[in-house]
Amino acid sequence: MTEHYQTARHFLRERERWRWPEALPWLAIVAAFFIVPDYLALGTQIVIAIIFALSLDLILGYAGIITLGHAAYFGAGAYATGMLSAHLGWGEPISAMLFGGIIGGLAGFISGWVLLRYHGLTLLMLTLTTAILMQETANAAEEWTGGFDGLVGISIWPLLGTFDYDLWGKTYYCFAVVVLLVCFLVARTIVHSAFGRSLVGIKGNVERMHGVGTPVHGRLVTIYTISAAMAGVAGGLFAESNAYVTLDVLSFSRSGVVLIMLVLGGTGRLYGAFVGTAVYMTLEDELAKLSPEFWEFGIGLLLVVVVLFFRRGLLGALEDLRVRRS
Amino acid sequence: MTVALETVGLGKSFGALQVTRDVHLSLAAGDRHALIGPNGAGKTTLVNLMSGALAPDQGQVLLAGRDITTLSQARRVKQGLARTYQINQLFADLSVLENVVISLSERAGAGWNPWRRSSANSAVIDEAVVILAQLDLQDHALSLVRELPYGRQRLVEIAMTLAQRPSVMLLDEPAAGVPSAESHIILDVIAALPDHIAVLIIEHDMDIVFRFATTITVLVAGAILAQGSPADIANDEQVQAVYLGDGGDV
Amino acid sequence: MGQVANAAIVILFDGVAYGMLLFIMSVGLSITMGLMGFVNLAHGGFAMAGGYVLVSLMVGLGVPFIAALVLAAVFVAVLSIPFERYLYRRLYEADELDHVLLSIGLVLMATAAITFIYGPSAVSITVPDYLNGQVDLGFGTFPAYRTFTIGVGGLLILGLWYGFEGTIIGAKIRAAVDNRRMAQSIGINVDRLFVIAFALGSGLAALGGGLAIEIIGMEPTFALTYLVFFLIVVAVGGLGSIRGAFVAALLLGLIDTAGKYLWPDGGAFFIYAVTITILLIRPLGLFGRA
Repeated sequence: MTEHYQTARHFLRERERWRWPEALPWLAIVAAFFIVPDYLALGTQIVIAIIFALSLDLILGYAGIITLGHAAYFGAGAYATGMLSAHLGWGEPISAMLFGGIIGGLAGFISGWVLLRYHGLTLLMLTLTTAILMQETANAAEEWTGGFDGLVGISIWPLLGTFDYDLWGKTYYCFAVVVLLVCFLVARTIVHSAFGRSLVGIKGNVERMHGVGTPVHGRLVTIYTISAAMAGVAGGLFAESNAYVTLDVLSFSRSGVVLIMLVLGGTGRLYGAFVGTAVYMTLEDELAKLSPEFWEFGIGLLLVVVVLFFRRGLLGALEDLRVRRS
Repeated sequence: MTVALETVGLGKSFGALQVTRDVHLSLAAGDRHALIGPNGAGKTTLVNLMSGALAPDQGQVLLAGRDITTLSQARRVKQGLARTYQINQLFADLSVLENVVISLSERAGAGWNPWRRSSANSAVIDEAVVILAQLDLQDHALSLVRELPYGRQRLVEIAMTLAQRPSVMLLDEPAAGVPSAESHIILDVIAALPDHIAVLIIEHDMDIVFRFATTITVLVAGAILAQGSPADIANDEQVQAVYLGDGGDV
Repeated sequence: MGQVANAAIVILFDGVAYGMLLFIMSVGLSITMGLMGFVNLAHGGFAMAGGYVLVSLMVGLGVPFIAALVLAAVFVAVLSIPFERYLYRRLYEADELDHVLLSIGLVLMATAAITFIYGPSAVSITVPDYLNGQVDLGFGTFPAYRTFTIGVGGLLILGLWYGFEGTIIGAKIRAAVDNRRMAQSIGINVDRLFVIAFALGSGLAALGGGLAIEIIGMEPTFALTYLVFFLIVVAVGGLGSIRGAFVAALLLGLIDTAGKYLWPDGGAFFIYAVTITILLIRPLGLFGRA
């Protein structure tokens, strides 16, 4: 019996063990700081997008919630942080960003409570229209949001009262990376907890989860709220680093792009968000300069190919390659 | 004897089709109760009504005397009413061990904890190992469910339910789809279920029913046709006429 | 008083014309989504293709408007067949996420390809004289082109109604929408049905795309811009319901038009609020069935 117990325990621990390839993305993030200091502004935007994609992975990759409106929470966070500074004059970066997370999470909790009772196409439509509705609201509430012209007048104080914002964006890069690290550790802890495994169960067979006594709706709303808060944090960072928020933060295309990034890297594996986002945004930066149509066509084609042949994303494809070799 | 599960005047319709009519059924603690009837008699619907997968149009479901009619399926499970499914409802892409661990974590109330590693819960793992050994699944613990022979998968189905430490188990055709050469494994497991659990089993195989059950309820067209001991049922002319006699799907 | 009445008539007429246009473009999506369960975000791409083919036919080859409209629809219908056979069909068993991703990929490719060929700005055509100006309908004079669009939409409804209720193939499609497995088991060739329905839906979208140039304009972002509207028509109307698509499209057309006249800043807000409300109360849409 104890032998079986040891085997079982070892088996379960194996999944959550830290593996050496996990160091690679972090090494790359640190290396970028030294190797390509001219690109740190782009690097900051990539890191913010990774946080956003990571938040989507929690609900899509683990809980199986398909959404076309995740930008709703990114945008809620961005506007919350931006308006806090522009209207109330509070520009302390950490708390302002957390405020974005709180508002994002609140929006996620309220909408999730209502929407997560629905499934399939209905849920898809509801997430999509909820995000657009928020965009239209932001458009109409011109006095507060700046409407179509965007929210200006955001001024952020030096980080920790000391580190001011330099031309090359070093401070922001470091700030964003630390936030990413915290978000990642939170996400990693969650997915390996019993709570996280229950989400995988809901994704795998919701009927069974009802059958083992799981309050499914409550679980989904909880992870949705956590995910939305994380998206709100990303939005808050976005507002701070750009000192400018437009309606675009809530747009359908932002919801779509984060989905594409995540799927490109691979869902349900946390690091898919890193790889997909980095590949997407680097390619975009390079190719869109040459020809926007070429980039758009290319990313469309890539998406079609990924869906048809590499459904587990770039990381999944890598994994398959390694398995085949050995 | 205390009543473990009771239905009072349970009724359910889908549109014009009445699938459950005024069903009064009672299980005492430790009962071995078989629910039989021709295809389409509404047996699975009745289990769905009892377990909370469906809401009844009329009547009540009582668990240990408490009205649970309005409780969700999950809440009923928490109170000791667990079921298996006629078609496997398992996590096919996870290991057998983890299927059981997920079920156990829910019962242990760990499912809400997002901070503690699931593998750190030694009580849960311990109990998982015990349950798997009890069902002779220990050698399959690390296999993916979908790689298991169907008969073994049916055992996992039972393991998921046992993990809830139920006082009442509803077994919906536990041997359905299992080759007859393997069905004895499942029968042995059912026969060895702890005495204090009240078991309601839906089954088509009359050999199994008569060997296993102390009480039999015959359901026809959603209503109870007869109820009694195996001997009573075997000698009931009405039952013979509409069900046993025609030999249709027995 | 007269002014208010006039404004109301203008809103009503423009709204119905816009609604008809949305109906023509979306009804195919409703049929294919109901039949195949495929969430096709690229449906607008076929509408857009119709618009641009029409432009090429008229401007490049000098084909008259009506003939070009029909030719464009037929051309796109045929063009859509390989998409169904080689791309969509592979994912019928997959989940909505895969449908969404594949079709988003296709929309992006279509948008880029159209921009590359026709340039990024809006295109225009010269409609024949008899569709220009006003037409007297007895109870008032109305813009001829919109009247024409409403007429086409009306004919289409009659045609579809007859096609679905009165023909064998329509009965087969209805049967397959209702229960695909059952339809298959009674010997209906569902694969062929899918091709026919898909081509029909794409052709209708192309017809709508051709008609749309004069009413809502045509540019490479068309498929993405109107994507949400097509989906709303289908989801609010109920999958596979022609009647539902018609009611939803008219509702959408009227609300959007009225909103733009009466509340230019927040008109669109209203549409999405109504859509969400309807879906929350009736998740399967107004005429949807489980």
